[in-house]
Amino acid sequence: MTINKKADGTELTVSLEGRLDTTTAPELEAEMNSCIDGLTKLTFDMAALDYISSAGLRVLLSSQKAMNKNGSMIIKNANDDLMEIFEVTGFIDIFTIE
Amino acid sequence: MKGPLEMELSIEAKTENLYTVLAFIDEQIEKAAPPMKVQMQIEVAVEEIFVNISQYAYAPNTGMAVIRVDLADDPAEIRISFIDSGVPYNPLAKDDPDVTLSVEERQIGGLGIYMVKKSMDDIFYEYKDGKNCLTITKRI
Repeated sequence: MTINKKADGTELTVSLEGRLDTTTAPELEAEMNSCIDGLTKLTFDMAALDYISSAGLRVLLSSQKAMNKNGSMIIKNANDDLMEIFEVTGFIDIFTIE
Repeated sequence: MKGPLEMELSIEAKTENLYTVLAFIDEQIEKAAPPMKVQMQIEVAVEEIFVNISQYAYAPNTGMAVIRVDLADDPAEIRISFIDSGVPYNPLAKDDPDVTLSVEERQIGGLGIYMVKKSMDDIFYEYKDGKNCLTITKRI
């Protein structure tokens, strides 16, 4: 997985490419832990993300919980397969998906 | 019509082997030419189940897992069995997570197997001859 971060003041866009799974989720978790404090807006761009498992959902959920305290989180450009996973797991109601 | 195809991988159950397992699964299921969506659902299911076995079946030690892929023609379906000799554990006996809870209340535990249940057409567990055997079936 490739993680690209683009910051604009206290707003951050994280673009994910490849697979967010058991093996790669810890990388994203570490990245988020190092930068999520103080953010007012966090955007995950999933245009190039092919795959997500529960390990990836766990990181998104903890990011959402962190952002609820002082900002907002948005997921954008998720493909149909990812959308279906968000739907069956109920995350479609939890995340703000554009 | 060709007969059913059955292939088997025997591998140490540890998370580091996930990609080896997925490569084996992809190679086998490609023969059935499933749609991309089905392929991804199967990969997610395989990941959730294999990682569960890796983390819990033999903890704190490790042990082997056998993964068997069976491609059937009529009806066209993919069956994948996971067999381990670890502690008896029926993942289907666990209650489904409440997927309607709010973000603060949501827990991630049990979500993996729930995703498997939702995306596969059938899931069957049995404990037999000292082994856990979990079989998922996906029609294509």
